[in-house]
Amino acid sequence: MTAIACTDLTRRFGALCAVDSVSLQVGRGEFIALLGPSGCGKTTLLRLLAGFEAPDHGQIVIDGTVVARPGASVPPERRRIGMVFQEHALFPHLDVADNVAYGVPQGVGRAAWVRELLALVGLPECARRMPHQLSGGQQQRVALARALAVRPAAILLDEPFSNLDAGLRAEMRTEVCDILRRAAATACFVTHDQEEALSIADTVAVMRHGRIEQVGTPHEVYTRPASREIARFIGEANLLRGRADGPVAHCALGALPLLVPMHGAVDVMIRPEMIDVHHDDAGVMIEQISFFGHDQLIRLRLADATTLRARTLSRPDLRPGMRVALRVSDPVMAYAAD
Amino acid sequence: MSARQGTVPRPVWRRVGMKRTGIPAWLAGSGMFIAAALSLPLAYLLMRALSYDRAVAVLQRDSTWQVLAGSVALAIVTAVASVLVALPLAWLTERSDLPGRRIWRVLSVVPLVIPSYIGSFALIAVLGPRGAVQQMLAPLGIERLPEIYGFGGAALALTLFGYPYVLITVRSALRRSDPALEEAARALGDRPWQTFIHISLPQLRPAIAAGALLVALYTLSDFGAVSLMQYDALTRVIFVHYRASFNREAAAVLGLLLVAVTLVIILAESWTRGTARYFRAGAGAIRQHPPVALGRWRWPALCYCALIVTLAVLLPLGAMLGWVITAVLYGTLAVDSLVQQTVNSVLVALGAALACVIAAVPIVLLSVRYPHWFSRALERLSYVGYALPGIVIALALVHFGARYLPALYQTFAMLVFGYVVRFVPEAVGALRGRMLQLNPRFEEAARTLGDDGPRAFGRVTAPLLAPGFIAGGALVFLTTMKELPLTLLLAPNGFATLATEIWSASSEALFAHAAAPALVLVAVSILSLRLLLREN
Repeated sequence: MTAIACTDLTRRFGALCAVDSVSLQVGRGEFIALLGPSGCGKTTLLRLLAGFEAPDHGQIVIDGTVVARPGASVPPERRRIGMVFQEHALFPHLDVADNVAYGVPQGVGRAAWVRELLALVGLPECARRMPHQLSGGQQQRVALARALAVRPAAILLDEPFSNLDAGLRAEMRTEVCDILRRAAATACFVTHDQEEALSIADTVAVMRHGRIEQVGTPHEVYTRPASREIARFIGEANLLRGRADGPVAHCALGALPLLVPMHGAVDVMIRPEMIDVHHDDAGVMIEQISFFGHDQLIRLRLADATTLRARTLSRPDLRPGMRVALRVSDPVMAYAAD
Repeated sequence: MSARQGTVPRPVWRRVGMKRTGIPAWLAGSGMFIAAALSLPLAYLLMRALSYDRAVAVLQRDSTWQVLAGSVALAIVTAVASVLVALPLAWLTERSDLPGRRIWRVLSVVPLVIPSYIGSFALIAVLGPRGAVQQMLAPLGIERLPEIYGFGGAALALTLFGYPYVLITVRSALRRSDPALEEAARALGDRPWQTFIHISLPQLRPAIAAGALLVALYTLSDFGAVSLMQYDALTRVIFVHYRASFNREAAAVLGLLLVAVTLVIILAESWTRGTARYFRAGAGAIRQHPPVALGRWRWPALCYCALIVTLAVLLPLGAMLGWVITAVLYGTLAVDSLVQQTVNSVLVALGAALACVIAAVPIVLLSVRYPHWFSRALERLSYVGYALPGIVIALALVHFGARYLPALYQTFAMLVFGYVVRFVPEAVGALRGRMLQLNPRFEEAARTLGDDGPRAFGRVTAPLLAPGFIAGGALVFLTTMKELPLTLLLAPNGFATLATEIWSASSEALFAHAAAPALVLVAVSILSLRLLLREN
């Protein structure tokens, strides 16, 4: 069943089209990441879903109810949408329990429900603390509990981890996902961090210039990017000139099998980790090696002077200046050359 | 596409309550009501003056222009004199090693809580004919002191109780300026006094100009000092026209003339504020200036500070205290009526503070959260009170009330409404500053948690704005307590406040009767000023 469905959604600010005929569906219990560079319209899309903006075109359906159409929209408080803000936005004049209880109607089950939520986010002992007494990660968890408290049809998270420092970020990522899964929530993350999007979402929607350019599983958008721009935005990409002939493309690295058959002049997209480096006195030279510990990035120069990057595990046998041979381990994508 | 096929949306938006987007109705409605209310006095005055066939004749009278010239001259002289008084005070208390700097710093701004009419009657009582000083000097054969009534007395009173406006702006400019500039000038061979003229003074110019214009504004809208000093400034002439001849149209024309002059000064003031930014030092904390050693100049400096504080603080407060003690000793202190007047003053000031703060809410919400031409227009309009001297608002409302709203004429409600028009900009200023710091995400979070706009305001925005409410309310309370002409013209019959009691007693030279309410008024003002300073 669909939790959120937008059709042909458009929002303009003067001449700028922040969201441009976007259609998107989020299934119940699904985690979707809206991934795109800053200014691509992903936050506007989120605010349209939440009801802080109204669409110029198109409509939004939440849980089977139309909540927005041109010129009219259901106000945020009646949309059954939870929101976790980038700055957390915990009410500074209320303690943790009161923050979580904020949206819960007065009643018998209220206190117990708040306790349950605080246990769910792992902060049962913080009920009477004030927001400024919490760490960034704790604030995040309270914000999550507060949003979950109203049993929303979906939770929207606007760049939820960008306010945390790098070490905490990865930890909070898995923790927040755990909590959301346990609450069986439908979640929509907005992020500009491709690693974040790939690691937490069931579905990634890639946005550029107000449009959704590709929707797929993390694996799909990484291995089969719909365009070379998406390929470059999600992960690192080597692009090599070549000619495609049906299921095979010919380029400087030889004949490579294609994931999607093509014909004519193409740019072949090869991920750095797909390139195997062998000792062989071929026409490829190692220019530079950047060692990161868990792996390393090797800059290679081909005979025709184009450069490639390969990512390998630690290989003490390779040194700059060496001549090597390359092999591509998996089928690749190709895009029609401009 | 697939959304329509997959789940058939129920067309229930009418039941769910879809709304047109944009400014919420409750804000737009209250905003429009406030806009109409705030523009009422000026609009009505314009209407009356334009429909008055002899308006041109009033403007062509020589006497009209004499009064206008007299008002402007008084404003200029007071502004210049205030700068001359305040500049050394600011420098001595901020930059020098003057003994007791901290005490002088506080004492030198105290005149701000002394309304001009209280200060004026004290000056008249002490320095006037048969005043305390003359009686002391009589045995020495001195029969006459220089005339206190007229231009000189008005300028003296307004300078003594207006100079803190310059003092405060100059002081904060001195605090902001970077000592590195002055050190550079010293390093380049300037002597200290040369440095002051070459470097410090040009840096202070915008602050001096802004302070001087505030004093000019204060002088132009002042009613108490010029009335007691019997100087024919515009405000006094308007009042005389209104009282004596009931020539309301002529008073309206003069009122508009006063508004025009005030507007010129306000425009000049906002212009200096625009350029003042240029002089501000860049980002980063500014070092403290090392205090300049006064050496043997310490004694003249101390005498100077003592002189100003004596004239502007000790003399009025001392005189009032003296009379009150005398009254207590002779048992002539009318305690009952004093309590009644205090209660009335406090009640009406509390009412005004509450009404101003409430009226400021939609203005501030609209201007900060809903950028729109209507919001901008409303915010500008809310500042109209700064351009309308109390006497002008009072005049307009008296005419309007008597003619169209006899039920409200001379009621508590009308009086509070007058205060709102005059003082709502103070509440708007305090609240707006606070609102600008408030992250809109708080309100949005409340909305997603099920609150509609007004409820989110009540549960989240209002508690977070509390310091702004208190600061704005305290400021309105303070200025309302002191306000004379509005109270005088709009108060219900027989409703005596401290201000009206002081005025009626002192305009009949019954200074002893005026002393006790004046002392109470100053004491209450100081209390609300303390609240204000603590919140900031």
